[in-house]
Amino acid sequence: MSRLSSHYFEHDADIGIIGRGTTVEQAFEAAAQAVFAIITHLDTVQPTTVITIEFEETDLDFALVTWLNQLLGKAREQGMVFSRFHVQHFGSKWHAEALGEKWRAGLEQGTEVKGATLTMLSVKQIGPEWEARCIVDV
Amino acid sequence: MNLQQLHQLQPFLWSLPCKPGEKRAEVLLYGSAPLLASMDDKVLVQIANVASLPGLVGAAMTMPDAHWGYGFPIGGVAAFDAEQGGVISAGGVGFDISCGIRCLRSNLNLQDTASLLPKLADKLFQAIPAGVGKEGNLKLNPEQLDAVLQGGAQWAVRQGYGHAVDLEYVEEHGCVSGAKPDNVSDLAKNRQRGEMGTLGSGNHYLEVQVVERIYDNKAALAFGLHEGQIIVSIHCGSRGLGHQIGTDYLVLLAKAASHLGILLPDRELACAPIKSPEGQQYIGAMNAAINCALANRQILTHLTRATFAEVYSHAELETLFDVSHNTCKTETHVIDGKPRLLHVHRKGATRAFSPGHALLPERYRAAGQPVIIGGSMGTGSYILAGASENPAFASASHGAGRAMSRRQALTRWHGHALINELAQQGILIRTCSMRGVAEEAPGAYKDVDLVAEVTEQAGLARRVAFLRPKVCVKG
Repeated sequence: MSRLSSHYFEHDADIGIIGRGTTVEQAFEAAAQAVFAIITHLDTVQPTTVITIEFEETDLDFALVTWLNQLLGKAREQGMVFSRFHVQHFGSKWHAEALGEKWRAGLEQGTEVKGATLTMLSVKQIGPEWEARCIVDV
Repeated sequence: MNLQQLHQLQPFLWSLPCKPGEKRAEVLLYGSAPLLASMDDKVLVQIANVASLPGLVGAAMTMPDAHWGYGFPIGGVAAFDAEQGGVISAGGVGFDISCGIRCLRSNLNLQDTASLLPKLADKLFQAIPAGVGKEGNLKLNPEQLDAVLQGGAQWAVRQGYGHAVDLEYVEEHGCVSGAKPDNVSDLAKNRQRGEMGTLGSGNHYLEVQVVERIYDNKAALAFGLHEGQIIVSIHCGSRGLGHQIGTDYLVLLAKAASHLGILLPDRELACAPIKSPEGQQYIGAMNAAINCALANRQILTHLTRATFAEVYSHAELETLFDVSHNTCKTETHVIDGKPRLLHVHRKGATRAFSPGHALLPERYRAAGQPVIIGGSMGTGSYILAGASENPAFASASHGAGRAMSRRQALTRWHGHALINELAQQGILIRTCSMRGVAEEAPGAYKDVDLVAEVTEQAGLARRVAFLRPKVCVKG
């Protein structure tokens, strides 16, 4: 059963994001939701367009930052905002999809996220749950 | 921050003693007891980490507006010598490379303009692309974008955005040398294609302000400032291109650190020796981002002038100065009586050359470099001048500094209510993000008056003028 949840933690100037799930992939998906919920209301985003992200990374911490930053980069490159995420991971190979749409009138403009940082970055299993967290620069 | 862990060296200068076994250079903190006491202890951890990096010259320092950042604290200053194994740190520059403020002085006074300020606010909001997801009208092909990265504000002026005289009052005359567009990833370039001439979001803004108080008549005369005068301040940076360069090199340098023989106390301090291939690669990309930011503010200057002209037919806006506060610059500083070429990181700190500095425009040479401390949209900003004998590698504060997190601010303020409250104070806010306004509530920032006063008392820069906001376009 999926137990995916997004949370935040305090930082003076920027924002700490947390993604939790029963697998590391779910934790990454929840972390992405935490990031994009800063940018807009996720409920209003139509998941009509799919983009694919693939990368290789053995270190889970770096994988989280790479995942989030590739998402942010693709979103800005394509003029899009994402609301749903699917992550798969086979060893060092990461394959993911993000679903969303182009910016349009009616989407709430929240706060731009510049990038995911290495500060307070961690991906770890806590009991039955995986947790992925870091500070994002806004 | 518990001040008992510090030594007070002077009324506004403190040091952080090394713990037993700790090996690092000196840490100096500029500020008053109340300002330092309000800072998070993590500022100390972060600046102590900076002081452990190789090739640091003198001390790692924080400015009076310092707060907890990522890697470096915001308000952190550190200089490195390439000949001594010194490093360039992507974390010491940050994601928004060359974020800074372009300040324009006008020939308008508040009393002549007040009735049309609402119209001006509306037109500026239409003309200045602001906020997440907003693109500009300028779309660049790859060759044009490379020309921006090489040419900076000089490129923008050649394209008709502004005047050649603007460049005299922009750091490096609007174009830093050593930019390497080839060191910038395709994704970074693609992110920028629609973002030239955009303001961004977060703490970025375009403000129409009035000079409310002059502190230093002589410097104000040199800067062309007088009470009642309308000023415009544009705060933004290198947009998506800079953000992606920061992203790309942060991971690259963090991974490279171990084989480069650098023990990173915090991965976010990702760095490489200045003379290493990795270090040189980042410097080339960073300089490209600096030029991107300078071009961006030049384009926004042009858009602002055009908008003012629609509302006030006789309006003239001259560039007072353009200063970056997220950079690493190659500068000569005299250390122990000898000039040395240093790489000075300023992350959330403004360059503040002293009077007489050869790189200052002649008009300002006697007064010192204009320094801009941007405050919140409800309080105000300061223009200062670089102090004689600035002891901090010619650096000063850059802003008020946050007093509380964005999350805390969201629980205390609501965008619409705040906009109405500010309107009653005569401050017109135009924004597409109510969340952004709440996060940037004036109450979420420290007392800018205190920061400016302490910056002066610490001998970093002298107050010249206080600016009160009248119109604020927020991203």
